[in-house]
Amino acid sequence: MAQSRSYAKPVPEPSPETRFFWEKCRQHELWLPYCPRCQRFFWYPRDFCPRCFAWDVEWRRASGRGRVYTFAIHYRAFHPAWEAEVPYVTAIVELEEGVRLYTALVEVEPEPGKVRCDMPVEVVFEDVDERTSLPKFRPLPEDAHA
Amino acid sequence: MPEAMHEERIHPLEKLDIREKRELLRKVAIVGVDESDEIGIVPHKSALQMHAEAARNALADAGIDKSEVDALLTCSAGVMSTVQLAEYLGIIPTYTDTTMTGGSSFAIQLEHAALAIAAGVCKVAVITHGQRGHSDRGRGRPAFDPWAPAAQFEAPYYMGGAAGQYALACMRHMHEYGTTHEQLAEIAVATRKWAMLNPKAMMREPLTIEDVLSSRWVVYPFHLYDCCLVTDAGGAVVLTSAERARDCRKPPVWVLGAATSHTHLTLTGMPDLTQTPARYSGPRAMAMAGIRHEDIDVVEVYDSFTYTVLVTLEELGFCGKGEGGPFVSGQRTAPGGDFPLNTNGGGLSYTHPGMYGIFPIIEAVRQLRGECGQRQVPGAKLALVNATGGTLSATGTLVLGAD
Ligand SMILES: [Zn+2]
Repeated sequence: MAQSRSYAKPVPEPSPETRFFWEKCRQHELWLPYCPRCQRFFWYPRDFCPRCFAWDVEWRRASGRGRVYTFAIHYRAFHPAWEAEVPYVTAIVELEEGVRLYTALVEVEPEPGKVRCDMPVEVVFEDVDERTSLPKFRPLPEDAHA
Repeated sequence: MPEAMHEERIHPLEKLDIREKRELLRKVAIVGVDESDEIGIVPHKSALQMHAEAARNALADAGIDKSEVDALLTCSAGVMSTVQLAEYLGIIPTYTDTTMTGGSSFAIQLEHAALAIAAGVCKVAVITHGQRGHSDRGRGRPAFDPWAPAAQFEAPYYMGGAAGQYALACMRHMHEYGTTHEQLAEIAVATRKWAMLNPKAMMREPLTIEDVLSSRWVVYPFHLYDCCLVTDAGGAVVLTSAERARDCRKPPVWVLGAATSHTHLTLTGMPDLTQTPARYSGPRAMAMAGIRHEDIDVVEVYDSFTYTVLVTLEELGFCGKGEGGPFVSGQRTAPGGDFPLNTNGGGLSYTHPGMYGIFPIIEAVRQLRGECGQRQVPGAKLALVNATGGTLSATGTLVLGAD
């Protein structure tokens, strides 16, 4: 987790298996690992499918839409880099492709009752330094989610 | 569920030779337990000192000399924990086990120690823990691999430790099953009532449901009193063969069932946020012991958060899935209730140095020996212990019994 001068939070350090994912994020595209044998996506990226152990897995672009599977509203920073941000909302988003990402919600009111499980969301990318963009999620209008 | 592989990894009971393991465990007894001399806020002692005090106290409880110890199990004394501890204590073990599954480590180590003794690999095993969760705050965290999945996919969003992670799991449970803040508060209040009966407990002031509900949010959906303490403490457990146990100071406590499971480390690898691996380790330990839920006199369940207790009771099968809230309502788990639970006051009110899993074992043994004074569950003969580590990741379930 390299620390950039202007951005105090941990920045992901891409590994051989995740470099493609983070490069696509930098282009503001969300791509997920996919197992053709199982015909399903999996998370997090690895060179193989953790379900059937096939090694001929591939990348596919995701829609970027999903639902809040669960969330938490943080009132204490616990880490200096988040002090200016409390209260803030972390979430696990279940994507249309069936996998779940650990993320943060933006453009929401960080209050009980204002955030709820199953609310539809879409990905947005936050450019945190010159080579890293973090996928976060913002609410979609209810009727935008088929 | 994103990764159905977990469903296929369920361990069907019929595939395990439970009878064989049960016979092995019968050859082993728990003969000594104790805490370090001081628990609570202990800035003037190192973690190793607490390991050593607890080991000395538990060996004295057993009436066994240090020279007899030939097996050492711990995970809280650095990267090479038992190697460090053996040097520190002056022991040259023939059996060593540094199993690290977070807070459940010590329950899982107990299973390992019991099987090793039963197999004749060693005769006297000591499991120890010492941790300065309170006094080491701000002294820096151990470095971790920046390429690790959690470092890449969780840390950029959250670096706050267990509370924020368990909060995510709890929120999903509340959403799916209608579990309420009031129901979670029932657990905090009942546990405090037990702590008020335990002179070693840190928090002994009365606590009401209203106190819990009006306390500040730490991380929604957790109020302050939904969260465990952060203390300094040590503990130890001594096991030996049934034969050697006959000459120990106190009556033996038998290991009737012991089982381990883990399902994930990161939250996105969790098969279902409302489940824990206790659904696998629990039934296996109980089948090994040959008991039913209604046979159990006292239950000690790791309570890192009120929610941990609620979901674990469901996963162990004490109630149906999603029924944990109604199950704990009406102060059912408090002193005088019909379900004695976390009788030492738990991680919520007695002590919780970071990894708590050795303390519910110590309390279960004391209950089965009838040593608990005011908080004694009358006639307790059968106890269930469930320790949880990581983010509801790894469980060790033990069924312990007295003659
Ligand atoms: Zn596959």
